[in-house]
Amino acid sequence: MTAAVATKQESPISRFRNKWNGLSRPQQWLGVIPIVVLIYFIPVINPPFLTTEPNTNFPIAMFHGATYALVAVGLNVVVGQAGLLDLGYIGFYAVGAYVAALFTSPTSILWKIPYLGVLPIAMLITMVAGVLLGSPTLRLRGDYLAIVTLGFGEIVRLLATVIPALQGQTGFSGIGAPPGHYANGRPIFAVTNGTPWYWLICTIIIAVLLLVGNLERSRVGRAWIAIREDEDAAEIMGVPTYKFKLWAFAIGAAIGGLSGALFAGQNSHIDNQTMDVPTSALFVAAVVLGGSGNKVGVMIGGFLISYIPDRFTNLASWKYLIFGVILIVLMIFRPQGLLGARQRLLAHGRNAYQRLVGKPEQLSSDSSLAPEKEAI
Amino acid sequence: MHPLTIFLQDSTWINFDVGAFKTEFWQNTFDGLAYGAIYALVAMGYTLVYGVLKLINFAHSEVFISGAYAVWFTLSRLGFGPSAPNMSAVALIGDILLSALAAMAASAAVAVLLERAAYRPLRRRGAPPLAFLITAIGASFAMQYVYFIFVSGGNSEPSVIMFDPHPVFDVFGATITDQMLIIFCAAIILMVVTNMFINRSRFGRGIRAVAQDPDTATLMGVNKERVIMLTFLIGGLLAGAAAVFYVMKVPSGVIFNGGFILGIQAFTAAVLGGIGNIRGALLGGLLLGVIGEYGATLLGNAQWTEIVAFVVLVIILMLRPTGILGESLGKARA
Repeated sequence: MTAAVATKQESPISRFRNKWNGLSRPQQWLGVIPIVVLIYFIPVINPPFLTTEPNTNFPIAMFHGATYALVAVGLNVVVGQAGLLDLGYIGFYAVGAYVAALFTSPTSILWKIPYLGVLPIAMLITMVAGVLLGSPTLRLRGDYLAIVTLGFGEIVRLLATVIPALQGQTGFSGIGAPPGHYANGRPIFAVTNGTPWYWLICTIIIAVLLLVGNLERSRVGRAWIAIREDEDAAEIMGVPTYKFKLWAFAIGAAIGGLSGALFAGQNSHIDNQTMDVPTSALFVAAVVLGGSGNKVGVMIGGFLISYIPDRFTNLASWKYLIFGVILIVLMIFRPQGLLGARQRLLAHGRNAYQRLVGKPEQLSSDSSLAPEKEAI
Repeated sequence: MHPLTIFLQDSTWINFDVGAFKTEFWQNTFDGLAYGAIYALVAMGYTLVYGVLKLINFAHSEVFISGAYAVWFTLSRLGFGPSAPNMSAVALIGDILLSALAAMAASAAVAVLLERAAYRPLRRRGAPPLAFLITAIGASFAMQYVYFIFVSGGNSEPSVIMFDPHPVFDVFGATITDQMLIIFCAAIILMVVTNMFINRSRFGRGIRAVAQDPDTATLMGVNKERVIMLTFLIGGLLAGAAAVFYVMKVPSGVIFNGGFILGIQAFTAAVLGGIGNIRGALLGGLLLGVIGEYGATLLGNAQWTEIVAFVVLVIILMLRPTGILGESLGKARA
């Protein structure tokens, strides 16, 4: 039985994965650092085969890719970890962006807060929005949640249109940025200068990944996986499912708000036009494409969704069609996405497993989207 | 004063126009019933598919808009344009019926195709509900952008006006037009016919059997796949009919994402009445149409209609998630 499983998994990727999982934690860190450094310096290197240059400024394209990656990490907490389909994630992104705008833009009449101080406020307010939206709907079946969130995404945009204080299509300009000037007096975090923004968001992504990773390996993460796999069973085993679903929703919302606030800062202008529901469907496509439940996968997915239209500009108007079709095709042929989700033991448990069994743990590449096993 | 209080007090957030609400009350009620009849027809598609498959068919809004495109295509080929045509009543009725035929055929074809291409492979593989939902959303956006790229771009199609509404009689100071009467009566007749079909015919019994218990129904000799296809077909036909009335009421409403908002409203209507329940879809549709009109007048902007529908949805889900009449396609009386 085990032999059959082992031979079945002998693809190069799974061999690499098994080898990787056999390494100790510090060894893994050593392997990751060069890759992270490389990722940091990509906008400076501007490799000719990757560049988007004549059409889109490359560092800014990279910043947008990183924003989508951050969004995907946040949405992954909701969709990938807890198995709740949130189709209105753009709503949280918009709330974050509008909070940043209201507190920093000179065209807003609210008092001003430094931009870096606005980021936690944006996260907090989005979190509250997530709880407000989630508390009535998370008690119900998953499909209700999907359509209510879809409505929420559209409603946020409509509210920005119909409520005069949110300034509809005019939007807010001159949204704040982190402080700092070059020697010649030009601000570091300028609208046209993507690289510092890219570094800022990469640093934030790393921080968020550490936080979310720790959550996933904690009691909370185990509760999420239990809910995703079988909510009734989880409830019977004593997992307070409603509470943990609400937590997943709130944490996902906070990350969405953070990315919205970052986008607002870099773009320096927001209005109701950018916050539409098709973009929200793109976010879901990012998570599903990359592999719902796999943090690295969803970041790749998020990056690709933003990068492909920037790189191949003649595809830009086709992007919704392409990614819509990709969603259908993926669900039929590879529901776990590019990289499947992985269940893994904690570092200590992994060592114990290796000592007992004599080989690294076997990881399933299942996800909440994989078909159920045949009953017979 | 504290800036936050200035912000909250001095900026205009929401205005309640109670005076307009009072004077427009009956007009809104009857307008709302006409809109509500359209919602109800689309809501039937959601309700039937949900009853049989326990699936929210997000792409049903695109099934509907396909019908609207078919109406627009047929009518503009027949010479209809932005002003009401000057033709005999018989010819007009013939043209509208022709466009209705085209719309129903288009919507039904899209619905069945969707079932074949997207949902059936998933059922074969025993995919979890989340996969169905993601497929549905993918199909919805793919279809929207098929129309966006290949048909119309971001603008709505030039309007095709079938006829100008003429006032017929007044009730409580509200003017009832022939258009409202036609939409309302035709929609009710269609719903009653569908209800009879589901409750009386042999196929309808099959649908109810599968809705109640798919496995037992299969054992009893009901062809489940055929029933599912039939369900999508009926939903598509009704959505096509709704598309005719929609174009009649909103001649410039044929736009690639025009189905999306109407889809959310129709779904809300289905949940309001009790999803999976045919009579519930009718009741929910009419109620939601009226509530939406009240909201638009009270808050002074037509865009509030959509927000009101959404708020109604959240309130029902909080208070009575099974809707007014409860969810029961399987338990519908014979």
